[in-house]
Amino acid sequence: MNRKQRLLTHLLLLLAAAAYAAPLLWMIDTSLKREVQAVQIPPVIIPHPLRWQNYRHVLGDPQFDFSLFARNTLIIASLSALGAMLSSSLVAYSLAKIRWRGRGLVFGIVLASMMIPFPVFMVPLYRIFRELGWIGTNLPLWVPAFFGIPFFIFLLRQFYLTIPRELSEAALMDGCSHFGIWWRIMLPLTRPALLVVGLFSFMGAWNNFLGPLVYLTHQSSFTLSVALQVYQSRSGGTSYNLLMAASVLIIAPVLVLFFLAQKTFIRGIATTGLK
Amino acid sequence: MRERITRREQLAGMAFAAPYLIGVAAFLVYPLAMSLYYSFCNYSMLQPAIWIGWTNYRHLLTDHAFHTALWNTIIYAAISVPFTLALSLLLALLLNQPVRSAGIYRTIVFMPSLVPLVASALIWQWLFNADKGLINAALRPMLHTLGRRILAPLAGALGAGQATVESLRHITAPVWLGDPHWAMAAIIFISFWGVGQTVVIFLAGLQDVPRELHEAAEMDGAGAIHRFFHITLPMLSPVIFFNLIMGIIGSWQIFDVPYVMTGGGPGRSTLFYSMYIFEAAFNQLRMGPACAMAWIQLLIILFLTALAFASARKWVYYA
Repeated sequence: MNRKQRLLTHLLLLLAAAAYAAPLLWMIDTSLKREVQAVQIPPVIIPHPLRWQNYRHVLGDPQFDFSLFARNTLIIASLSALGAMLSSSLVAYSLAKIRWRGRGLVFGIVLASMMIPFPVFMVPLYRIFRELGWIGTNLPLWVPAFFGIPFFIFLLRQFYLTIPRELSEAALMDGCSHFGIWWRIMLPLTRPALLVVGLFSFMGAWNNFLGPLVYLTHQSSFTLSVALQVYQSRSGGTSYNLLMAASVLIIAPVLVLFFLAQKTFIRGIATTGLK
Repeated sequence: MRERITRREQLAGMAFAAPYLIGVAAFLVYPLAMSLYYSFCNYSMLQPAIWIGWTNYRHLLTDHAFHTALWNTIIYAAISVPFTLALSLLLALLLNQPVRSAGIYRTIVFMPSLVPLVASALIWQWLFNADKGLINAALRPMLHTLGRRILAPLAGALGAGQATVESLRHITAPVWLGDPHWAMAAIIFISFWGVGQTVVIFLAGLQDVPRELHEAAEMDGAGAIHRFFHITLPMLSPVIFFNLIMGIIGSWQIFDVPYVMTGGGPGRSTLFYSMYIFEAAFNQLRMGPACAMAWIQLLIILFLTALAFASARKWVYYA
C-alpha cells in the first residue's frame, strides 16, 4: 500500500468504527444525564453533571430487582452452558469416533434440525412443559440443553474429526473404554472447542428473549431480557436516561465476558463458517 | 469397504448419543408431529384439540393480518439479507487490511453483535426518537440546508410549481417509528448494526485465501478489482453461501427487535411473521392457526434454503 491508500483505509476504518461504536457510546452518555438534559435539543454531548445516581436509581427500583433478575439469568445461562458442553461433546464423540449403525442418519438429523424455526416447536413444547408442571419455572430454559444442541454437536464433531484416529484406537487396544477415552483424552484435547460451546450457549441463554417470554410467568423468575422489556413498557413509561442505565447494566456482563475470552470467541465464530 | 461393527461398538455409540436420541424424540420429532396435527385442529390448550381439517389453512387465505405479516417479513428478508451480506463482506475486506490497530477496529465492529437484542431495540428506539433522538437531531440541520440551499433553488430553476418549491424549502426529518414506511426502514437499518459475527466469519475466510494466488496474479498485471472478482470472491464463495443460508434462516424468524421497539406498529407496518404466530398462540390462544403458520414458515425456509443449494452449483466454488 502506498501512503494515499493507507490514509484512505484508515479514514474508512475510523468511519466504520465511529458508526458501530456511536449507539453504545450514546447509550452510556444518556445513562449519565439528568432526565431534562437527556431530552434537550440540540443534544448535550457531555453530561453535566455526571448523574451516577441513575444507576443507583435503577438498582434500587423496587419494580426492577436487578440482582434477582441477574441471578435468575445467571443460573439459566450457567446450567445451559454446562448441559450443552456435556451432552454435545458426548454425542459428537459418538458421531466422530465410534462406528455404529445409524450414526449417519443421526448426523443428518443434527444438520437438518438446525434449519427448523422455533415457532414450529413452540406450541407443543409449551404443552409438554405445562403437563410436566414446568411453566413458570426456569426448567424449560435449560433442561433441553442437556439433550444436545445440534449446532454445538456439529461444531464439536468437526473438532473431533481432526484428532487422529490412531489415538483413540491405541487407547481402545490398551483396554481403555470409550468413556475413558472421552473423559481422559478427548475432553482435555478439545478444551478450546468446548470453551467455545460453553461461551456461546451461555451468551445465547443470557440474550434469549422469546423463550423466557413464553415460559416464565411470574416476575420473580424473569430473566434480564424480559425484565428490561417490562421495565420499558410499564405504565407511564420509563425515562430514557434510566432505560439506558438499565441497558448498560445488562450489556456490561456480556462485554466483560467477551473481553476476558476474546480469542476463544473469535476463533469459535471463525470456525463455524468453515465447514 | 463395509466396516465390521462389533456389538460393543454399536452399544457404545448409541449410549453416547443417547442424550440426543432422547432429545430428538422428546423435543424434535414429537413436537414436530404434534404441531402438524394441531395445525389441522381447533385447539386452545385449555380444551382438547378438535380435528377441523384444512380450515386453519383456508382461513389464512383471507386473514389480512397474516398477509401483512408475511409481506413485511418478505420485504425485510429481501432487503436485509443481501445488504447485510454485502456490508459484512465490505467490512471484512476493510478490516483485513494490514494497518496498525486493526484489532481494535475489529473489536469495535464486532461488539454490537453481542448486545442482547432487547437492549439493542431500546438503544435504537431512543436514537430513532422523532423529537429527541440523536438521529433526527443530526438530520434536521442537514435537511434544512439541503432544502433551502439546494433542492428548492434547483426545483425553481427547473420550473417546478410554487407549491413544490415551498414544500422542498421546508423538508422535514422522518418520524421514523411513528411512520409505517420509515419504521420498516429503521428495523432493516438496525440489522446492519449486528453484522459482527458475519464479518468475523468472512474475515476467517479471507485469511484462508492463499497469498500465492494474489501474488501470482499481481505479477501477471492483474489489478486489485480484477483480483477481487477473480480470486477473492470465488475462493470466498463457500463462506458467502454459509452466511447466506444463516441469513435466510435468521431473517425469517425476526422477533425481538420489532416486538420490543414497535410492538408491530404503527398499524401493522412492522408486524413480522414470528410475532404474529406468538400473538395468535399466546395472546389469543389460537393454537391451531399458530401451528399452521409455523408450518408454512418452516416450508418457506426449507424452500428458500433448497433454492440456495440448487443455485450453489452455479456459483459456489469448492477448492
